[in-house]
Amino acid sequence: MPTQTVSTSSPTRVSPADSPGFFRRFLTAMGVQNMSLLMAIAFVVLVIGTQNPLFFTVPNLKVIGTAIAISGLLAVVQTLVIIMGGLDISVGSIAGLASVTSAMIFTSAGPLIGVVGAVGIGLLCGLINGCIIVFGRVNPVIATLATLAAYKGIAQLISDGRAQGYTGADPFFVFLARGSVLGVPTLIWILVVIALGIHVLLRYTTMGRNIYAVGGNDVASRLAGININRYILGIYMMTGAVAALAGILITARTGSGQPVSGSEGLELEAITAAALGGAALKGGKGTIAGTILAVILLGILTNGMTLLGVNSFWQNVAKGGLLVLAVVLQQLRSGERRIGLPG
Amino acid sequence: MSALAPLTIPPTAAGQVVFSATDITKSFGPVAALSGVSLELRAGEVTALMGENGAGKSTLLKIITGDYQPDTGTLTLHGGPVHFGEPRESRTAGIRVIAQEPEIIPHVSVAENIFVGLLGTRGPIFRRRELIERARTALAEFGFAGVISPEALGSELSAAQRQIVEIMRAVVDHPAVICFDEPTSSLGEEEAAILFDLIRRLRSDGVAIGYVSHRMNEIFRLADAITVLRDGRLVGTKRTEDTDHDDLVRMMVGRDLSQMFHREPVTPGATILSLNGVGNEFVHDITLSVHAGEVVGIAGLVGAGRSELLKTIVGDFAVESGDLGVGGKTVTFHTPADSVAAGVGFAPEERKAEALIMQRSVRDNIALAVLGQISRGRFVSSTREEELAHGFITKLGIRTPSDRQLVKNLSGGNQQKVVLARWLATKPRLLLLDEPTRGVDVGAKAEIYAIIDELARAGVAILMVSSELPEVLGLADRVYVMASGRITGELSREDATEESILALAMD
Repeated sequence: MPTQTVSTSSPTRVSPADSPGFFRRFLTAMGVQNMSLLMAIAFVVLVIGTQNPLFFTVPNLKVIGTAIAISGLLAVVQTLVIIMGGLDISVGSIAGLASVTSAMIFTSAGPLIGVVGAVGIGLLCGLINGCIIVFGRVNPVIATLATLAAYKGIAQLISDGRAQGYTGADPFFVFLARGSVLGVPTLIWILVVIALGIHVLLRYTTMGRNIYAVGGNDVASRLAGININRYILGIYMMTGAVAALAGILITARTGSGQPVSGSEGLELEAITAAALGGAALKGGKGTIAGTILAVILLGILTNGMTLLGVNSFWQNVAKGGLLVLAVVLQQLRSGERRIGLPG
Repeated sequence: MSALAPLTIPPTAAGQVVFSATDITKSFGPVAALSGVSLELRAGEVTALMGENGAGKSTLLKIITGDYQPDTGTLTLHGGPVHFGEPRESRTAGIRVIAQEPEIIPHVSVAENIFVGLLGTRGPIFRRRELIERARTALAEFGFAGVISPEALGSELSAAQRQIVEIMRAVVDHPAVICFDEPTSSLGEEEAAILFDLIRRLRSDGVAIGYVSHRMNEIFRLADAITVLRDGRLVGTKRTEDTDHDDLVRMMVGRDLSQMFHREPVTPGATILSLNGVGNEFVHDITLSVHAGEVVGIAGLVGAGRSELLKTIVGDFAVESGDLGVGGKTVTFHTPADSVAAGVGFAPEERKAEALIMQRSVRDNIALAVLGQISRGRFVSSTREEELAHGFITKLGIRTPSDRQLVKNLSGGNQQKVVLARWLATKPRLLLLDEPTRGVDVGAKAEIYAIIDELARAGVAILMVSSELPEVLGLADRVYVMASGRITGELSREDATEESILALAMD
């Protein structure tokens, strides 16, 4: 054997000590996606703030905070579904259905049963979505597009298309809508708690890891022994439950159960926020931090456009445009060949 | 000749080179799929392209169609240099490759399938009757009149009929060059005979024909010249009359048999895996056994059912008949989760599609199958996970800047080591490996062989599917050979040679 010094194969590890400068480390920790979102938020805040001084007032910041709570909840669970490789466009309809039922059950059985009942209905809706997708072998977009229509219809049927119940005098619902803890509105607390919970789930638990794995490569996950059906059903049920919670908050804020108004179009905002926040629509990638930053950006934009007197029809155009922009940027970075329908 | 136009454009004298590929090199990452390969297709001749699995035939065909672009080398057509950026360009130039598994549009007729892309008749109106008649005439013209109806739907066709549609697509376009990629693999005797007549007819019309096949008797019936590839290199081109069966086998396998790795013979331990008459849709009547400490190879040609057998063992495909035993007990695996729990590890052939989560880290991928074991409650223990990952990175020599590196950024060999690490972490008693060194560079190959050998010494039973015969010969203590979903023979280490395996693998 000739003497050889090659291939001692010691894997070189970069220890934190020799990694380059502070800024670089900060950027790596934050992620490019989150940094761009922060810069976008700073830019929008500057533009709106200089145009209208009302923007920086505490009441207005509370308005933004409470306004993003409901769409924020939906965006956070939507992120979970997208990371797993699915999509749920029925979340707005589930919220509407839960809003109506929470108010109707409240009228006859009190606030607690109202909340429990509505969350139960959310779980059921999610289970139905999951079953259609897993056992009916239906593409998630089509399956939840169908249930988007169906759940909305059910909400209209049981409410006869009108607002139901009056929760505006109930102390529990009033606390949800206008109360505060330590000076921070309850609505924001709820978003923070749910977002943190899902963040921890995704980041630190075995379940979260497996969700990324299923979204990243479902065949590999199956062959590695993960029960992927259980994950898909579980995540859709969780989405249904959180969407129902959002519906209960709609009831609390408007003082009655709303079958459609208040929840319609929320799915668009949720998907936009998740995509802007860096969740890959192919699955396997995304963070709750990114989604929350995107929710804040969208909330500030909506608020700012209203403050600057932009007509709400234009606001819709802007939201749609933003979703296209977010996804196009994501796809361009993935470097796919531009031929045929995207895979 | 009937209404159809003569088959060659432009007319070329028989024997003249119509298409040539010269000194073609093509690498995928660090792996050279082709180096310095040349091929000439002559007017009015059939040139056979032969070689074992992985010799580079498919890559060469894809370069001819423009699916891949060569790194170096030139292509010429009718004497002038050509460059194909994508398959459409080679078709326009008059080159057609008949795919082994044709894409047939299921819900439209045979006629529309044949003329797909050429539907335009007169004006914007689609004349279905006219198209059906055109297809009927063309089918009759090429001898397929009784075999296939132009009105049948794509989804109703048998494998043979699909092949015929694919051939018709090419010939109605009157190409100057047609390449067939193992066209008879799905055809019965009669259909094959019709196909051979058609090929002879195309030849007499002056078409330059390339013909990829494993089947010796077909080659000698059809080919005028034979080009042999091995390991991405050109072994040589001979006129058919100057060669014979044994000479061709020698050219195909005549590899330097001093192996990259030599394994000492072992005394096998207890039976770990036993299959008794196992069968389903993909494999039939499989009886085999693997013992502790033993490396058992499964050889055979692509499509012989080897990967399907492994997937049947792990429970991804159901066992419909016969018994499967693991560790001396008869077991039923409903899903791969059951086999993982029973101590079976499986590294599938399609590493990227079926094994790795490409956009996740080395650490996540290694820990995937043992997350529950290294967690505290439901929370992943970051320390234990890091220990696990670092342990295997060192032990298997995975070259990565850190355990946080995304798997997609690793080379093929290191990716495969990550897959092995995932299964070693489960402390398996049986490891199933499907093409463990595919797309892996030479250095990493030797390292993977050493890992497999060491595992076997530690008492793991290993069942390895491989298309690389030197790999099977160098590593396996016993070899089963498969063809058409069945085991056609079992060879001991002493009896296993490239010739004896190929003889059992080819029908």
